Formats: sequence, C-alpha cells, structure tokens
Amino acid sequence: MLASLKKILKYKYLLCVLVERDIKTKYRRSVLGVLWSMLNPLLMMIITAMVFSTLFRFAIENYVLYLLVGQVAFTFFAESTNFAMGSILQNGALIKKVYVPKYLFPASRVMSSCVNLLFTVPAIVIMMLYTGQTPTWRIISFIIPLILMLAFCMGVGLILSACVIYFRDIYHLYGVLLTALNYATPIFYPESIVPAQYQWILTINPLYYYVKGFREVVYNDGIPELHTMGICFGIAMVFLVAGILIFRKVQNQFILYI
Amino acid sequence: MVETIINVEHVTMKFNLMEEKVDTLKEYVVKLIKGKLFYNEFIALHDISFTIDRGDIFGFIGFNGAGKSTMLKILAEVLKPTQGRVTVKGSIAPLIEVGAGFDPELTAKENIFLNGAILGHSKKFLEKHFDAILDFAALRDFVNVPVKNFSSGMYARLGFAIATEVRPDILIVDEVLSVGDYKFQEKCEKRIQEMINNGTTVILVSHDIGMIRRLCNKVVWLDHGRIKDIGDTERICRMYER
Repeated sequence: MLASLKKILKYKYLLCVLVERDIKTKYRRSVLGVLWSMLNPLLMMIITAMVFSTLFRFAIENYVLYLLVGQVAFTFFAESTNFAMGSILQNGALIKKVYVPKYLFPASRVMSSCVNLLFTVPAIVIMMLYTGQTPTWRIISFIIPLILMLAFCMGVGLILSACVIYFRDIYHLYGVLLTALNYATPIFYPESIVPAQYQWILTINPLYYYVKGFREVVYNDGIPELHTMGICFGIAMVFLVAGILIFRKVQNQFILYI
Repeated sequence: MVETIINVEHVTMKFNLMEEKVDTLKEYVVKLIKGKLFYNEFIALHDISFTIDRGDIFGFIGFNGAGKSTMLKILAEVLKPTQGRVTVKGSIAPLIEVGAGFDPELTAKENIFLNGAILGHSKKFLEKHFDAILDFAALRDFVNVPVKNFSSGMYARLGFAIATEVRPDILIVDEVLSVGDYKFQEKCEKRIQEMINNGTTVILVSHDIGMIRRLCNKVVWLDHGRIKDIGDTERICRMYER
C-alpha cells in the first residue's frame, strides 16, 4: 500500500505532463486555441436552443442556462470516458518499451477533460449574466458535484480502457450507448415530460444525478442537496473501486494484446 | 566488492498464441460456443537464471527468436514473467526505440519533458539538464520544431540523449545504436564507455559481435529460450561465431 502510494507520487509529474500534452495537442495550430473550449459549448447550446425553443417549446424557465449546464456536464462525461477508452491502445508503443504505471493514461485523459470543463466556466458565467441570473458565492459549490463526477468518470474510463483491449467492439458499441445516454438524461428536455411509467429510466441513469447536482448549483443558484450528492458519491465510489479492481487485475496482460 | 544488482531466478515466459487473433466479442463468443478457443502455448523463455553484478557490461547474443528482447522486457518490468522472479536494485533506464515515448505533435523541448517524465524524472531535474540534453543531441536549432518533422537520426539522437543524461544505475541498450551516422554512433559508444567508467551497469543486446567484444565483460548466449552458455565474452563469442 505504502509502496504504491510512493509510486503515485513519483509519477505525479508525468501525470501533469500528460494532461498538459492533451490540452496542448488538442488546440495546436488553431488560431483561437483554448478559446474553443469556451466557444464550443456555447455554439452547441445556441444551436440546440434554437431547435428546441422554436420547434418543441418546453416550458422551462431560462432554457438556455438549463441546456448549457446539462450539455457541459454530459460532454464532460462523454469526452472523458471516450478519450480514456482509447488511451491504452494509443500509447501501446510506449507501454511495450518502458515501465510506466498504466493507469496514468486513462487517468490523465479524464483529468484533461476536466480541465477542459473548467475552461467552460467563463462561458457559463457569461450566460448567467446574459440571462439576468447574477452568480453568487454559492456557485463555488459546483466543485462538489464536479469532484464526484470526476471520480465517476475515472472509474468508467478505467473499466473501458481495460475492456477495450480485449474486445475492440466496445469502441463502436460505446458510441451507441453514449447516444442512448444522451437521450435518457434530461439535458434538453424537462424531467416532467418523461411519462410516469418510464421515470425509472432516470433513476437508474447515473448521469441524471450528476446533471441534477450541477443544476442545483448553477441553474437554481443553490448549494447541492445532500440527497443528490449522497447518491452521486455512492455511484462514484462503486465505479471507481470497480474500475481500479478490474484495471489492476488485467493490466499485466495488456502488453500481450496491444 | 561484488554486489549483485540484478537477480533472475527461474524465469519462464509463456505466451498464448491463438490460432487466429480473437479481437472482437462476436468472434470470441462464436469460438467459445464451438469449443474452438484453444491456445497454442509458446515458451519464449525456459527456466532462466543468472545474476548481473554492479558494474558489469552484460551482453545478450543469440539468433532471431532466441528470446533476447523478451528477456530485456522482463528486466525492464514491461513484461511480467509467467513464473520466476526478477529482483532489481536501482534505477533502470531503457533506451526507448525510435519514436516510442515521443509525441510527434509536440516540439523537441516539450518532448524532452514528456520523455523525461516517462522515465520517472522530476521537473526540476529536467530543467537542470535541459541544455546538456540539447547539446548532446545537437538539436539546439530545432528546439521549437515539432518532432514529426525530424529525421530518424534526429529522433534517435534525442532519445539517446534523454535516456543517458539520467545516469541511471542500469542502462538497457537494445540495438538502437544502429541508427544515426557513424559520428553519432561513435559519440554514443563514447558516452556508454563513460557511463561504464562511472560504474553504470549496462545490458546490451546486439547482433554486432564486434561491439559486444569491445564493450562486454560477460555474455549470455540464448538459444530457443534457454541459456546455451554464459560467461567470459571471448570464449562465448568464439563459439557463437563458429
């Protein structure tokens, strides 16, 4: 236990470098660079808002903010897990040559997605001001659902990156699953339009709770409810522990399959 | 005083060679149901035991497929042996093959930090040695060029410079010196010699018997995953060449 903790500390710098690399290479050669992290969700939100506020007209107050928060949270999940999934395969050449703790690759990917999310904070604040909801000190508490969601994504990322080594199908399957999750999470529609007999889908969807947590802070200008955070914490722990256990069990076999 | 730095005890490495590589879930299930999922066991290394002392220049020779690279991977902790144990005292720096460990999109400067971090160094260490690495690789004019635009010689120079700047306890050299022009090869050999003089243990794999003769003091001859002979360089090289 102590030895593995020491190892983590030894490779702390590598983790930072890997996160830095992800962010650098993502925006290299683009004129606006990191600004894209802000612009992307804003532009996406504008398009979705245009479609859904004219075509469907959901009865949601301050729809753009409702939408933006949901989208940013979902994008974080989708991007980080998808990105983490390929990390072991993409770094295969390296893993075959040098000893590096392998969890660093999925972990760095999830963390760089998290940094990406932090870049979108200004966009959210701008949107809040624009829609007349002045941010208060309570907005700081978004860090609580964020940390829990980071742990959740880390767990999912570890599981996916390990499984995809054995079955490359998961790559393709996961894209479909993400689309399904996108619709199963109240991102662009209100919770209330889900018919009573399908409400259970929301309750088994982990993302529902994280999106809810973020909305309690940013959209409702409150602090996250204990009940929601409790569930988020539970989900995060289950996935994180499962991820670590699965990853540890199979990591020595990776090299034989990549 | 002789101190054992690497101790290899009864190492056996088995690979499961599947008839065909099963990569997808469907194939796996289909084969499982048909009962066709057999593995062909391939023994790459068979009950290998030896020790390397501090300061040794240890050479591995053998024909293709003898298990040299597998052995090196086990020493570098990249592969876990199926059976047996390897104990290493001290830090190991593998000379990464050309390209691995670099991100082609990043510049030479950024790659020095990335590659250095992969080898387990701190930021402080790398900042201190940054200039020395650049000078050795003779790439000062290309610091801010993405390495994807580098020639293979430049790649190798940078990789060698980073790995050897470290002054590790043990250096693993796996035929990387065959790239680069003769001038750089000379420089590399000089540096390896320098490290040897400073007490670094070197593990060398090469088909270049001349180089093994020049550098090594102890040689293992691997043949089909077994140790055919181990001991004095001259004696084994002579037998090998016959």
